[in-house]
Amino acid sequence: MTSEIIIQQLVNAVAVGGTYALLALGLAIVFSVMGLINFAHGELMTITGYGIFFSLAAGLPFPLALAAGIGLAIVAAVSMERIAFRPVRRASPTIMLLSSFAVSTILHILMQNLIATRPKAIAIPEALAGAVNFGTLQIGAIQLLSIIITAISLVGLTLFLNRTLLGISIRAAAEDFDVTRLMGVDANRVIATAFAASGALAAIAGILWIFQRGSVDPLMGFTPVLKAFIAVVLGGMGSLGGAVAGGFLLGFIEVMARAFLPDALQSYREAIVLTVVIGVLYRYPDGLIPRQVSVR
Amino acid sequence: MLTLKDLAVSYGPIAAVRGVNLGVGKGEIVALLGANGAGKSSILRAAMGLAPITAGRVTLSGVDITGRDPAAIVKRGMTLVPEGRRVFAHLTVLENLTMGAAATPSLRAKTVANCERMYELFPRLAERRSQMAGSLSGGEQQMLAIARAMMAEPAMLLLDEPSLGLAPNIIDQIFDFLTAVNRQGLTILIVEQNADIALEVAGRALVVAQGRVVKEGTSAEVARADLASLYLGAGAAA
Repeated sequence: MTSEIIIQQLVNAVAVGGTYALLALGLAIVFSVMGLINFAHGELMTITGYGIFFSLAAGLPFPLALAAGIGLAIVAAVSMERIAFRPVRRASPTIMLLSSFAVSTILHILMQNLIATRPKAIAIPEALAGAVNFGTLQIGAIQLLSIIITAISLVGLTLFLNRTLLGISIRAAAEDFDVTRLMGVDANRVIATAFAASGALAAIAGILWIFQRGSVDPLMGFTPVLKAFIAVVLGGMGSLGGAVAGGFLLGFIEVMARAFLPDALQSYREAIVLTVVIGVLYRYPDGLIPRQVSVR
Repeated sequence: MLTLKDLAVSYGPIAAVRGVNLGVGKGEIVALLGANGAGKSSILRAAMGLAPITAGRVTLSGVDITGRDPAAIVKRGMTLVPEGRRVFAHLTVLENLTMGAAATPSLRAKTVANCERMYELFPRLAERRSQMAGSLSGGEQQMLAIARAMMAEPAMLLLDEPSLGLAPNIIDQIFDFLTAVNRQGLTILIVEQNADIALEVAGRALVVAQGRVVKEGTSAEVARADLASLYLGAGAAA
């Protein structure tokens, strides 16, 4: 029985951690290529949610609505770069950071005023509400799906980054942007691709998030992206492998705290989780897998 | 082939290059000599579109490329082997070479064939093609940096301090290679602190001090000059 609980919680941890990992990965790709911490990343999740909501309202079947949500987030991410971040690309990191705050705030306000401040329900298909039995072990269909989607996304991204010229260019640009330009690679194209990838990752994480809560509201992206920031720092700023490791570790710490902390301590859970994070950073100040930058 | 006219480069209030005139003819090897901080690297970087040009013109084969994007300049047939090699440490040797051929569709189509050509020229790279570039020795990294630049099939190659920090036998190999590709028609402009080796391969040389050209001539003429005092900028007043 105890081992079943542990396995159950491990599955939970992988599901939650996977969502954080996808979000953190999206932040890390953009940071590694252009040094921008994109605070508007959470809004991409929210945009995905509204994309799905309005697609369903327009009568699209569920899978197509999900695809529309992902497509919309990719377009939004690439547009953000083109409109807000490209003009300040050569500016200091502070200015880029402030620009991303501005984008985030503007999108909040637009969504609050043009759509609604209250959550809009998104009906999740019944098939996802059930559970799958493995012997005596029962795993929620949504958790299982989350894990599968996370795995497919991570494998897909790894293949993209290792097997395609554009993917290799992103890795090269993350290491040394100037020399990547010296290879005759169009910097705008590399950065736009990085944003598109981050948009897709945010959208997939957004979908997994919506599966859990069944609704979308303008502030939906705030908490998960805050967690993703913690995951990025935990893993090592700008390191892609680190972002994934940080996401899973944070999910693991959170789920274990929720499952095994005594009731009296549950109200301090967030503080305890963050204390563990600080403890890890105390031991590994550069994160679990520090960013790999060539020696100049 | 490459002409710099009254070129000036400033980083904010700091003037690194103050009115440099320089011409490299087709098929030449020209050396740019000078002390650390004289502005040699800035000249190369400005020609390549990587440093801010505040005045002057850069033309490549008669086309004005002043301040153009480095990617556009690579496509016009000029490329730079940067100082400190700057290979992508966490990409494999093969991926580094692949990046070198990224500029145009026709180059990309020739990636495999050109990689094989580089492996023939630098057999050490062939043995290490699947290794991360960061795990290579300094000499191997310099070979990789040059091979990566050659993947773009340049007509004009700029090299920034290719001998820096390398063992003498590796330096010889690299300069033998440069001499060989020059015979096949590649034009080369090379920045070096190691004047002896640079003057050995170059036909002409210029000495740069405090952002200005203080001496110019055939390699034999420059070799006879008192380089130490030129490096200190003594020639500027003369």
